[in-house]
Amino acid sequence: MDKIEKNLLEQVAGLHEVPAGAYNIRSNGKMAGRNTTAHIDIVTKEDKQGIDIIIKPGTKKESVHIPVILSESGYQEMVYNDFYIGEDCDVTIIAGCGIHNCGVDTSKHDGIHTFYIGKNSNVRYIEKHYGEGDGNGTNIMNPMTVVHCEENAHMEMETTQIKGIDSTNRITKGDLKAGASLEVHEKIMTHGKQYARTEFEVDLNGENCSTNVISRSVARDDSKQEFFSKINGNTACAGHSECDAIIMDRSCVTASPQLTANHIDASLIHEAAIGKIAGEQLIKLMTLGLTEAEAEQQIISGFLK
Amino acid sequence: MLELRNISYEVEDDKESREILKNVNLTIDDHFVAITGPNGGGKSTLAKIIAGIITPTSGQIFLDGEDITGLSITERARKGISYAFQQPVHFKGLTVKDLITLAANRDMSISEICDVLSEVGLCAKEYIDREINNSLSGGELKRIEIAMITARGTKLSIFDEPEAGIDLWSFNSLIHVFEKMRKEINGTILIISHQERILNVADKIVLIADGTVSAIGSKEEIMPKLLGTNTEGTCKTLIEKAE
Repeated sequence: MDKIEKNLLEQVAGLHEVPAGAYNIRSNGKMAGRNTTAHIDIVTKEDKQGIDIIIKPGTKKESVHIPVILSESGYQEMVYNDFYIGEDCDVTIIAGCGIHNCGVDTSKHDGIHTFYIGKNSNVRYIEKHYGEGDGNGTNIMNPMTVVHCEENAHMEMETTQIKGIDSTNRITKGDLKAGASLEVHEKIMTHGKQYARTEFEVDLNGENCSTNVISRSVARDDSKQEFFSKINGNTACAGHSECDAIIMDRSCVTASPQLTANHIDASLIHEAAIGKIAGEQLIKLMTLGLTEAEAEQQIISGFLK
Repeated sequence: MLELRNISYEVEDDKESREILKNVNLTIDDHFVAITGPNGGGKSTLAKIIAGIITPTSGQIFLDGEDITGLSITERARKGISYAFQQPVHFKGLTVKDLITLAANRDMSISEICDVLSEVGLCAKEYIDREINNSLSGGELKRIEIAMITARGTKLSIFDEPEAGIDLWSFNSLIHVFEKMRKEINGTILIISHQERILNVADKIVLIADGTVSAIGSKEEIMPKLLGTNTEGTCKTLIEKAE
């Protein structure tokens, strides 16, 4: 693995070395490394690109890293990764995609991650997207995440896209059975002429299930972001979504929430706030000795922390 | 030492100009100075002018003999002026720890942050990672605002109505914070307040009304005047109500 690839790995998965536990590293469409454990198996799909990650029931405190890196300019792929998580598990899954595009062609990674989470299992899913390049090539990522939660299963998903992705269309779908919960924290920053679209759709089907979708984003320069969220409350359940965006320069952000209550005991809330950095926030930090630019930087990095 | 020379501030109101401050001359060289006076008299405007948030229409400001009138908020902060807002600002994402360390302008250990927070009566364990947002009460936000000022430890600390917007119980414990600060801080504390208990701690009281300094002196000189006026006012209201 060369320096560029190592840097991409560090950006998307925080990896300096080969990780402990199970992992699968995909580099320019090929497997660059894999490790399985007694409880976590990784199997290459035979009918299409991608892998199956199979986590045995009762697996606790284990992690799986499945980073994807693209360093050949113009490489394009569509990958299907399926996660089968047994009952009573407690695991962390770290995915992510890094693109280094130093050419003029379009590099593109489209991925569909499908999670089947067994009863009473807890899953923490962390996903980072990062792009870089010194050419004029475009970096595109279109991730789709589908989450099926069995009874009392819990998924906490953190997605981050801070730098270098020119165009993204992110779709997250979930269906939840009784007592299950899905929590999503999304962080996005766009700059230049970048475009990011995110769409959430959660079906709250089982009694007392819940979801909390929180998106924080910063749009700079001439970039454009669109946020769509749909929460369908089909039983006694709780749903909350929140879209908070800072706009700067000539950027544009659209927030379009949709809540549907199909049951008298469905409790659904949406909050959306879009605006520039409040002048009084800048002034407060300037009275502490920061310059206006430093204050702006602190506010943004805190907001996206 | 802070000196204000001929400070005036006018605003345009419905195409008419209105004077908020009229030729204010004031020298602050005592350890603990309180500014008091009726609402709308220009107290907060004066504090904001000192911090550089508002530019006066005319006049000059000197800090330790240096003319700082043309300096920005940041430059004044770096020269040693701190300003605690009357209404603390909310920050999504920034935590108590973030703001205290930004205020101190250096990396701080957890125990140092704990010391700063316990000075204002907050248990650090509960607060250090809290976001500065509306999940904190008015009293808590005020204490954090004050903690930022003590973390800076500058030669001039301005507090704009620390009692505003907090309940009586929180205020009673805040008084102790200021009494303690009076003993421990070396620089000058300038505090805008209506509270008798805060005025009682002051070395000097400045009365600002209708945009001018209407009286200035020790608490022994000023307090009887203030209390006299208040008592008369209160009695008058009661008599009117009785009638």
